[in-house]
Amino acid sequence: MTDITEKDLTDFVYREARLLDELRYEEWLSLYAEDAHYWMPAEWQQTDPRLQVSLMYEDILLLRIRVERLGGNRTYSQKPKSRAQHLLQAPQVDEINPAENRYRTWTSFHYAETRGDEFTTYAGWARHELRVEDGALKIVLKRVDLVNFDAPFGNIQLFM
Amino acid sequence: MSRHQADPALVKALVTPERVHRDVYTSPEIFRLEMEHLFANTWVYVGHASQIPNPGDYLSTEIGGQPVLASRHKDGSIHVLRNRCPHKGTKIVSETCGNTGFVFRCPYHAWLFRTDGSLHAIPYHRGYQDTDLMASEAAAGLPRVGDYKVYRDFIFARLATDGVDFESFFGDSLSSIDNMVDRSPAGKLVLEGAPLRYMHPCNWKMLVENQTDTCHPMVAHESSAGTAVSVWEREEAKGGKKPMAVEVYAPFMAPYDFFEKMGLRVWPNGHGHTGVTTSIHADYSAVPGYFDQMVAAYGEARAKAILGENRHNTCYFPNIMVKGPIQTLRVFRPIAADRTLVESYTFRLVDAPDMLFERTLMYNRLINAPTSIVGHDDLEMYERAQLGLHADGYEWVNIQRLYQPGEAEDVTDVAGGTSERQMRNQFQAWVKYMTMSMTPEGAGLREAAE
Repeated sequence: MTDITEKDLTDFVYREARLLDELRYEEWLSLYAEDAHYWMPAEWQQTDPRLQVSLMYEDILLLRIRVERLGGNRTYSQKPKSRAQHLLQAPQVDEINPAENRYRTWTSFHYAETRGDEFTTYAGWARHELRVEDGALKIVLKRVDLVNFDAPFGNIQLFM
Repeated sequence: MSRHQADPALVKALVTPERVHRDVYTSPEIFRLEMEHLFANTWVYVGHASQIPNPGDYLSTEIGGQPVLASRHKDGSIHVLRNRCPHKGTKIVSETCGNTGFVFRCPYHAWLFRTDGSLHAIPYHRGYQDTDLMASEAAAGLPRVGDYKVYRDFIFARLATDGVDFESFFGDSLSSIDNMVDRSPAGKLVLEGAPLRYMHPCNWKMLVENQTDTCHPMVAHESSAGTAVSVWEREEAKGGKKPMAVEVYAPFMAPYDFFEKMGLRVWPNGHGHTGVTTSIHADYSAVPGYFDQMVAAYGEARAKAILGENRHNTCYFPNIMVKGPIQTLRVFRPIAADRTLVESYTFRLVDAPDMLFERTLMYNRLINAPTSIVGHDDLEMYERAQLGLHADGYEWVNIQRLYQPGEAEDVTDVAGGTSERQMRNQFQAWVKYMTMSMTPEGAGLREAAE
């Protein structure tokens, strides 16, 4: 699987969203490379996740903590449980670079998270940076920019 | 008419040494009185001087729901002004931060004000020729707040014209701000980055109380910090250094005994802090080069004293909390009886290594963000309390953990770290600042209404 096509990339982005919508978190985590990060900036056109304010900048260890917490017996903020729904625009392919094993997409989205009687929608853009590992695409960086990143949100408990 | 009116006796009856009535959290009328009295009579945090470093710079915010701004005048002085035009009431600035040049220009009719608030000019002068406008309050410039003070770059204001002065209000509690500033080798902080903003469906005081509630972390945060510890214990077996994030999460699972020994200090006027002898921030990995910088700046003994002070949460009454060892400041902004906006700010220690600021940002996002799993645990508890308090049959909230009969009020004192003493201290100050501007006529009005 060295010839990655545009369809491979867009299929990958759709599949990630579907795993999240179906709450299949173990399979979702397996899409991430060991050195991957999930990043939600808190500034417009942010460049630095380390020394600028972000909503999230998490490695695999922190993502795993989140996933295990969601299923915990004493995770009261998940009683009742949250659910999620992604509405994705067709992903645009920004880079296909087999020489450096780097593939990038840009996807406009609406996202809904619901829990109990509450239903909240968010809008933004997701950028995936991917690489091929053992013949399979893996996420190196998923960057989620919300259009209203500076708004006062309530709990955002799942993944966009 | 409402139940409480401005009757000091009724307000006082809501607080006893060991419990408070649920109305302090749920009643819209009490909330209105808090905005009118408590938030006018106290010294409320406005912002940080580093947000407005240059002449013409301003920041806009609110105190008890009223719009105010802080501006930097051409002589370098800082002024806190009411953010409304004396003409029609239009807000003069609406961005949170900016630069206005030499004057503020009202966007509605172009009345102009200098950055110290004084009136510069009103256009179409002949329209007011035969009036008394220039002799009236409307021509006095942007309306003033009662008093304001900049302490080590922290800007505070009191809305009420008369009241307790800054030094009397804060007293020795300013030592927590001192320690945060002193942690910079240059003795200076810069507020850097936007605040993380997090909306809570609960009363603002629940958030304030939780800052010194040391018996909830090991329970409410078992889901987040407990999971972090167990996931890390598995990973640790594979080798590798404990990550900064695990250092942040893990101490939340410390046992009661740790928090008891940590100690707690109260000051007059409702201020207080947890972490007298040590705290959950004491065991972070050393940041290379930082201690040497501190020794060079202060000498070894003083550097050790500054860094040996590991206060956990310092609450400044009524509605902010600072973490000196982490360089964060949280503002609990009351929106309604059951709605509070939390804004969590981060400071960079000037001349200190980047890694300290990296930890500050990481702490803020892991603990204080709307995407924080620790935040999710807490919000769930506040929301349940806000809803649960509507249950009739028992109308009180208990705050008597480690209470001893005859406990002194409105004093400086040290107690065991698991005590609810600081919550009691806050409510004593709450009664004091709620009622100090209520006249005896309030009671009379109420009787007349009945």
